[in-house]
Amino acid sequence: MEENIKEIVVGEQEDYVINMGPQHPSTHGVLRLVVTLKGEIVKNVEPHIGYIHRGIEKMCESITYPQIIHLTDRMDYLSASINNESVCLAVEKALEVDIPDRIKVIRTIFSELTRIQSHQLFWASYGMDMGGQTCFFYGLRDRERILDIFEETTGGRMLISYNCPGGLMYDIHPNFQKRVKDFIKYFRKVLPEYDAILTGNVIFTSRTKGIGHLSLEDAISYGVTGPSGRASGFSCDVRKHEPYSAYDRVKFNEVLYTEGDTFHRYLARIEEMRESMNIIEQLIDNIPEGPYAVKMKPIIKLPEGEYFQRVETSRGELDTFVISDGNKNPYRIKFRTPCFVNLGVLNHITRDFKIADLIAIAGSLDLVIPDIDR
Amino acid sequence: MRIDLITSLFSAFSEPWWKIFYDFSILTRGVDEWLRNLMTPFWTVVIEMVIIGVVFLLLYAVIGLFLVYAERKVCAFLQNRLGPNRIGPYGIFQTIADLVKLLFKELIAIKNADRFLFNLAPYIVIIVNFMVISALPFGKGLHAIDFNIGIFYILAVSSMGIIGVLLAGWSSNNKYSLIGAMRSGAQIVSYELSIALSLITIVILAGTMQLSEIIEAQRSGWFIFKGHFSALIAFVIYLIAGTAETNRGPFDMAEAESELTAGYHTEYSGIKFAFFYLAEYINMFVVAAIASTMFLGGWMPFHVAGWEGFNNVMDYIPPFVWFFGKTFMVIWIIMLFKWTFPRLRIDQLLTLEWKYLLPINLVNVLIMAFLVLKGWHF
Amino acid sequence: MDKEKLAEIVKSLIPGAEIKQGKNYVEVSVGNADLFSAAMILRDNPETLFDFLISISGTDYASDMGLVYHLESTKFRHMIVLKTRTSGRDNPVIDSVCGLWKSAEFLEREIYDLLGIKFNNHPDLRRLFLDSSWGFPLRKDYVDDINIVSK
Repeated sequence: MEENIKEIVVGEQEDYVINMGPQHPSTHGVLRLVVTLKGEIVKNVEPHIGYIHRGIEKMCESITYPQIIHLTDRMDYLSASINNESVCLAVEKALEVDIPDRIKVIRTIFSELTRIQSHQLFWASYGMDMGGQTCFFYGLRDRERILDIFEETTGGRMLISYNCPGGLMYDIHPNFQKRVKDFIKYFRKVLPEYDAILTGNVIFTSRTKGIGHLSLEDAISYGVTGPSGRASGFSCDVRKHEPYSAYDRVKFNEVLYTEGDTFHRYLARIEEMRESMNIIEQLIDNIPEGPYAVKMKPIIKLPEGEYFQRVETSRGELDTFVISDGNKNPYRIKFRTPCFVNLGVLNHITRDFKIADLIAIAGSLDLVIPDIDR
Repeated sequence: MRIDLITSLFSAFSEPWWKIFYDFSILTRGVDEWLRNLMTPFWTVVIEMVIIGVVFLLLYAVIGLFLVYAERKVCAFLQNRLGPNRIGPYGIFQTIADLVKLLFKELIAIKNADRFLFNLAPYIVIIVNFMVISALPFGKGLHAIDFNIGIFYILAVSSMGIIGVLLAGWSSNNKYSLIGAMRSGAQIVSYELSIALSLITIVILAGTMQLSEIIEAQRSGWFIFKGHFSALIAFVIYLIAGTAETNRGPFDMAEAESELTAGYHTEYSGIKFAFFYLAEYINMFVVAAIASTMFLGGWMPFHVAGWEGFNNVMDYIPPFVWFFGKTFMVIWIIMLFKWTFPRLRIDQLLTLEWKYLLPINLVNVLIMAFLVLKGWHF
Repeated sequence: MDKEKLAEIVKSLIPGAEIKQGKNYVEVSVGNADLFSAAMILRDNPETLFDFLISISGTDYASDMGLVYHLESTKFRHMIVLKTRTSGRDNPVIDSVCGLWKSAEFLEREIYDLLGIKFNNHPDLRRLFLDSSWGFPLRKDYVDDINIVSK
């Protein structure tokens, strides 16, 4: 870390440098931001990451594909199910396995449930970042219901590892459909409360509107994907452009705004919860009969070559790039994680705002630190 | 001999004992006379001062602990939780357990901190607090000191608490603390204006700064009703400014948890932290108590001019119940603010004060003066 | 735009490139000296307009290092894979594409950190995750003495 230390010491005399993190209430993990201030004005933000770098890509090189599934859970722990799906899809694409509809539909439902619970947690923690602590409990209260649904089917709550190459680990629980439908009914009723507490609040809007503006050109150039990018008008929804699983058979809108400020990044996530509920409603009654997994070889070996799979997690685009040399473990596996790329834009959009805005902007990017560090 | 002493104490009461609930000066006068009969005037004053000191120490602790408990319960209620419920029935001893824990915690000495100022800061905050609550009228006759410039004294003294906060922030040798303290300084200095001006509105209406006389003037109706819309505006402004003055959400810039971890008291631990923590709650109590004294009639029961029967019924509720009832109602409102609104930004906070509250307040003072001049108030 | 047509266009734009039809995407391989110019042509040409750099992946092959750029056009919605190899693996150097896509700044820092590939003209090439005392863990000859994980 010598280089880093030098970086801090050098600097103008009147600069006021503070370390936000690694332990700080609103960095949601061990992100460290070295913030240069002039009074309360942020002049430069330097993210220092790697506090929970576990070398997942290196670890993957020595384990088999079914084992990799369990490591991907630990990248973006809030969209664990979607991360699993990404590796499964890459493996299935490489082996040219034909996946039955039932599996595709169930995977899609799980992905969308994961997306909803992730955005619920975003809403909860964002409210807390902004100083409204009541939001946190409202958000977690509703998130519990989804986790309970997960638990019933998979036995896990957060890191469910439900997908596996060739299908699913187990079939869905008999109650699954009913409980999901109950949840949708409940959540449609509760979502207006979210708007009443935060979205419509004068203090909240005055703190977020016009703050941290990200233009469309910058969003594309910085590769900001997910709801953060779509708030700037960057149409980057992989579900639309390269549909995987059952996304080609459902109707949903890509939530797009043009303003690109903090408020619309927040709003994009709230609207995405509504879209996710639409997707689930279209699928939940039409889960086709069939096997829940395709019989795969006990040891999965990918043919030599390079395979690229894009999926849309709740934070943006996750790409799995596998280079195989024909062995049971990948020669090189690369995850293009959304948070890592989105973090790159933080310095650009926070400059010349206040410390309080820095928290608001960083919160609106919805960074998950294990996803950055891997 | 001893029995003689006690009977002489009781004989000092000229009226039935339950009357002290309605006029506390019966008890104080009785004790005073009894002591004067026993010893020289000098020792009488000394003993009376000791008694008052002990009573205020106890009151301070009890109010502080109760408010901490109340806040946790209120916030739990708003957040669909249960709140503290383990220690004692409904968890009422939770805060006492917390206090004991804080007493036993290590006082961490910070390297490179200004040791003297660091240790001094919590005491300044506490002392200021004591000076303020000593001037509050808790009930009829339940009044430690009744200045003829009571409200002026309270304003002057309560704004000194900021010195403790600034010292704490400066001496901690922590950048977060310093930012928190500076924010707090800017905030309190600004909002002091609004508080003073909204109280001046009422002083104009009452024609006096003595708290007992202000309350007496509300015998025929509370100022919030008597003072036309002008008093109502002053009350709303006072509530906003008072919330800001106590550094509570949505104006908790000084200790904005998500930005500055804990602001000016980041580096404090153990009992010194408890001092800041208690002082914060007592500040809230003081703000609410002044609001209830100035706008809601203090210990004066709810009276409607002309309704003699109704007024007599209201008089049966003891004054200190009225005072605490009103105060806790205001505290409840302040707590609702904190647990429903997100936090403001520091520049928005100052904009609110200098661009909105202050001009409105100045105009409001003029209007009130005009109303009083013309005698158009009720 | 279908893959064949895209391949033709790219062939006419970058004469020196080796173009292959991959399973899903067109794959373009260029020499490491031509990388920046090829990337600039792909980004700026009105027929290709690859304005979105999805990811950069570095790989250690036994003899040299490989870099794979996945590009997408947000206007035409087509994707291309741009590949290059460094010369040797002892001191691999390659031109940075930071000037073209700003997201490259972090992606290239990560590759420098984990693979040790240096990027020319990178504005702020420092290690990202790891301490300077670490080796380059994604290289195949990296030996971790503490956590012995082997095939």
